[in-house]
Amino acid sequence: MIEVNNISKTFNKGEATAVKALSNIYIDINANEFVVIVGSNGSGKSTLLNSIAGSFICDEGTIIIDGSDVTKLQDYQRTKWLSRVFQNPLQGTAPALSIIDNFRLAALRTQSKSMKIGVSDTFISKVKDRIATLDMGLEDKINQPVGSLSGGQRQALTLLMSVMDESKILLLDEPTAALDPKSAATVMLTADKLIKQLNLTAILVTHNLKEAISFGNRIIQMSEGTIIKDLKKEVKEKLGVNDIFEWFQ
Amino acid sequence: MDFYITAIILGLCLSAMSLGIFMSMKIFNIPDITTDGSYTLGAVVTAVMLTKQVPIYIIIPTVMLVGAVAGCITALIHTKFKVDALLAGILTMTALYSFNLTILGRSNQPLIDTKNIFSSIHILSNLIYNSLFIVVGIIALIVAVIAFILKTDFGIAMRATGNNAAMVRALGVNDNKMKIFGLAVANGLTAFAGFLVAQNQFYADINMGIGIVITGLGSVLIADALKQLFKINSLAGQLILVVLSSIIFQLVLAVTLSIGVNPNLLKLVTAVFVLTIVAITKFRKAI
Repeated sequence: MIEVNNISKTFNKGEATAVKALSNIYIDINANEFVVIVGSNGSGKSTLLNSIAGSFICDEGTIIIDGSDVTKLQDYQRTKWLSRVFQNPLQGTAPALSIIDNFRLAALRTQSKSMKIGVSDTFISKVKDRIATLDMGLEDKINQPVGSLSGGQRQALTLLMSVMDESKILLLDEPTAALDPKSAATVMLTADKLIKQLNLTAILVTHNLKEAISFGNRIIQMSEGTIIKDLKKEVKEKLGVNDIFEWFQ
Repeated sequence: MDFYITAIILGLCLSAMSLGIFMSMKIFNIPDITTDGSYTLGAVVTAVMLTKQVPIYIIIPTVMLVGAVAGCITALIHTKFKVDALLAGILTMTALYSFNLTILGRSNQPLIDTKNIFSSIHILSNLIYNSLFIVVGIIALIVAVIAFILKTDFGIAMRATGNNAAMVRALGVNDNKMKIFGLAVANGLTAFAGFLVAQNQFYADINMGIGIVITGLGSVLIADALKQLFKINSLAGQLILVVLSSIIFQLVLAVTLSIGVNPNLLKLVTAVFVLTIVAITKFRKAI
């Protein structure tokens, strides 16, 4: 589903502050794989995720998604295949817009946004049904601006929004880092359920070792812009929190 | 009475510009001051075309188009060269001054004997009320169209662009293209205000746009204060408030003149008035 061939990225190239964030990364992610990426701060986890999402164009190498070469495509052009949940819970939603308008925009992620009114009664009831699955009581507040909700609620909504339109790949960049334990659990369990239900290919970047062992069927450790460990499902299942903790020593 | 009706008509003519500033400032969150230039541009193009006896139904789309092009230039400078939006607006505005002077060929063009949108439509016999009627109709139409567009899927994308650019990119929208479109619409409306005012005042002047942006900004700020005061959240309601604020603004200036304040101090009064409105809004928030 995702083929990353020999990509490298240096930020502030040619300056004293140059940082080689990714160096010659190869990774092949199959359909329905749920890859967890761990690593210390600055190891390149988020940069790798962002390179796949298209937040920047890589210095070298190619990225193929679902058979299409997306190496030179901008982030908004790659949304045809992938959706994202950001680390900052405020980044995935537009605060001044109502819940329903946020969902409407998300429902058109892979389509053009035309000059017709798309928020219909059927659409509203569909959104209400989906939001009800979160059990946060938000289904009665769909006309409220999203800015009036908490970070946990917004992150949970962002997650539902990411699968409103046809999705193949879900990128989760430390989605629970800024959340309280209860919201974090809701977000991760919902994510896991959606990934299984919709047969998504997913990548989760996390610092939470418990999440790293509970979710996903492949685990990668990164360090200094390279992949230093890549373990398949069978090995991953036997890992405990302490095993991964030792990787960081 | 006619004195105040005239002020209301001017306020309505200028409300096209206020609506433009509402689009750039409130919807797209871009401080755009191309306004001073694109307003004059609209008036100048109108004046030249009216003196050449071009029919009004051709002048209207032409004026909106040239205004939109001015907005596009600002937006392109801002998005392609990563120049600060304020500076991009100042650059376009400055360049437009020379451009406007070249089009007009002189600094002032009276429009006494030419055709005129207010005189070519006769609905009421009283000329002033006739003008009022026409301009109310035009502005109502503009408000209805903008309100509709903002409710469409495209409109949601527009509103989200000014609110959270990272999010709209993640949802497959090219935010730069959106900003270009937004400033094009904003300045198209501003140029249209120039079209209306030139015909309302029977002249186009190369300096008529200097400082006009404050009138539009002021109207948007008054509208914001009224929105909070009356808790109006609907989009159509906010657009109507912008139009009403534009009228209030001109009425305040009219009252200022009628109580004998030196006309030279009018710009000072304008600035103080806008500052007062902003201060009251902030103060209300603080308590």
